Amino acid sequence: MLRFFFGRLAVLIPTFIGVSIVAFAFIRLLPGDPVQLMSGERVMSPERYEKISHELGYDRPIVIQYLDYLGNVLTGDFGRSLTTKEPVLTIFAKLFPATLELSLCAIIFAVVLGIPAGIIAAVRRGTVIDQTVMGTALIGYSMPIFWWGLLLIILFSGVLQWTPVSGRISFSYFFQPVTGFMLIDSLISGQKGAFKSAVSHLILPTIVLGTIPLAVIARQTRSAMLEVLGEDYVRTARAKGLPPLRVIGVHALRNAMIPVVTTIGLQVGVMLAGAILTESIFSWPGIGKWMVDSVFKRDYPVIQGGLLIIASIIMVVNLIVDLLYGLINPRIRH
Amino acid sequence: MATSTPNALQEADRHAVTMGQRLSEFWYYFSENRGAVIGLWVFVFLVVVAILAPLLAPHMPQQQYRDAILVPPYWQEGGRAAYLLGTDAVGRDLLSRLLYGARFSLFIGVIVTTLSLTVGIFFGVIAGYVGGKTDTFIMRIMDVILAFPSLLLALVLVAVLGPGLINAMIAIALVLQPHFVRLTRAAVMSEKTRDYVVAAKVAGAKPLRLMFKTILPNCMAPLIVQATLSFSTAILDAAALGFLGMGAQPPTPEWGTMLAEAREFILRAWWVVTLPGLAILVTVLAINLMGDGLRDALDPKLKRS
Repeated sequence: MLRFFFGRLAVLIPTFIGVSIVAFAFIRLLPGDPVQLMSGERVMSPERYEKISHELGYDRPIVIQYLDYLGNVLTGDFGRSLTTKEPVLTIFAKLFPATLELSLCAIIFAVVLGIPAGIIAAVRRGTVIDQTVMGTALIGYSMPIFWWGLLLIILFSGVLQWTPVSGRISFSYFFQPVTGFMLIDSLISGQKGAFKSAVSHLILPTIVLGTIPLAVIARQTRSAMLEVLGEDYVRTARAKGLPPLRVIGVHALRNAMIPVVTTIGLQVGVMLAGAILTESIFSWPGIGKWMVDSVFKRDYPVIQGGLLIIASIIMVVNLIVDLLYGLINPRIRH
Repeated sequence: MATSTPNALQEADRHAVTMGQRLSEFWYYFSENRGAVIGLWVFVFLVVVAILAPLLAPHMPQQQYRDAILVPPYWQEGGRAAYLLGTDAVGRDLLSRLLYGARFSLFIGVIVTTLSLTVGIFFGVIAGYVGGKTDTFIMRIMDVILAFPSLLLALVLVAVLGPGLINAMIAIALVLQPHFVRLTRAAVMSEKTRDYVVAAKVAGAKPLRLMFKTILPNCMAPLIVQATLSFSTAILDAAALGFLGMGAQPPTPEWGTMLAEAREFILRAWWVVTLPGLAILVTVLAINLMGDGLRDALDPKLKRS
């Protein structure tokens, strides 16, 4: 297991270096002068240009600049936003709980609906139920989620007036964030109706962000279950006269879950990409919207830092998924 | 010469028969999947629509009718027969824009898939065949690309290159090609030790010929399935970039861009929001249905012969 762990880690380090080179190179690839871009100042005197260039380290050889950058990044210095002048890491830490809360709710939504749907489809293979579930899953998988969000807004916020259109909580509530998770903070605040407001703001974004993972999980569960249901030990369990629910729920499901767990883990990247669209539609103040806004504002340090932080998170999560997979399935270690 | 002609003819004939057999076998498995056949017909319909858009569209997609702003579809109260699916906020005929939009989406799919497929196959074959340090180097680069969420990387690339349809397509192709590299590499690695490859090598085939003429044709099945997946992903991602304002720019009748323009009328005029998205969904769904059928037909593991 240790060898497996270090083997995976050995692959991760060059990938991280590659990702940091991409983030570093991003500023040089932009059209225009990096000194002007990174300082956010267009017109400046030659003396000031020299000064800023020196401060940013742009007057040194490119390799030294990169190593400098890598050193800064590893000590948590991702530069400062051009618009708010705050450190990128501080803004990220402030916004990330919003994305995390939304992503967690979405993944719970996807798992809670997707796994049972996949199991039912597999057990009732070839029936109308199977076809309906799989047809719906394929539609979900093909869904342009930005349009799906707009449709839900038309129906639930427009026609039925059940849910709000944007934000994390109604403006009538105000409290200091404690955990950054609106659901928890609203409960802690003790204000009447605050929790309900937070939940109602969360419902539509959760559905939108959870739709594609839901479809993927349902499809994956179905095919994993089908594979397992054909195995000898399942036949043995049936032949022993065990009740069908026990055969499906214990013997089959346990083994079918191995690839499904991996699929769920790999949805993290999908989530962060989906958050870009979902957060933009619902004005959800998380890192997805932050990145889109920064691209529009040409806040290059933020894009550079955000890119690196997000990629690092995905790499770490994928590593954890890999290790978990090795833990549940010893065959993969060799 | 006289003796070689009949031989060559026979050879060609036999080849034609096997091609025909293979096609009919393929169709046999493909057509067993009803959804795949439906997907294929919808796709053919979309291709026809895209080609004939100038003939089918009742209006020019950019033409603004100042007297017909946000006219609802003709079956609704206030609808007009001249604008079957209504008009948008500046009085452009929605049906015509949707028909022309099919051109953009299919064009995006074809170009992006071709680009990522070609580049991906090229690097995949080299990584798989050459192996060693070259392989490690290529695969680490692919790992780096895959470490970023695809849409985020595409968004940032577009920010570097500048917004626009062509740049969006380049960005999406770059983000999609690692999947082809990985698939090709895996297939090449499992093929390259087979007897027919060794035989070709002994017969004196040069590495380039071995890589691209001997081995590659036997690795195509998973690549074709992946290509259909990429086709639909390309359309979705391009629409998403258009929606974020980073893809095709207005007044281009690209479906995602149309959605972005329609956002502010979401509660007043349902048709400007609903219809472009429906067009994206139907197109992507048709391609994914086809992809499922292709996988069933091309995956030898599932064949019961």
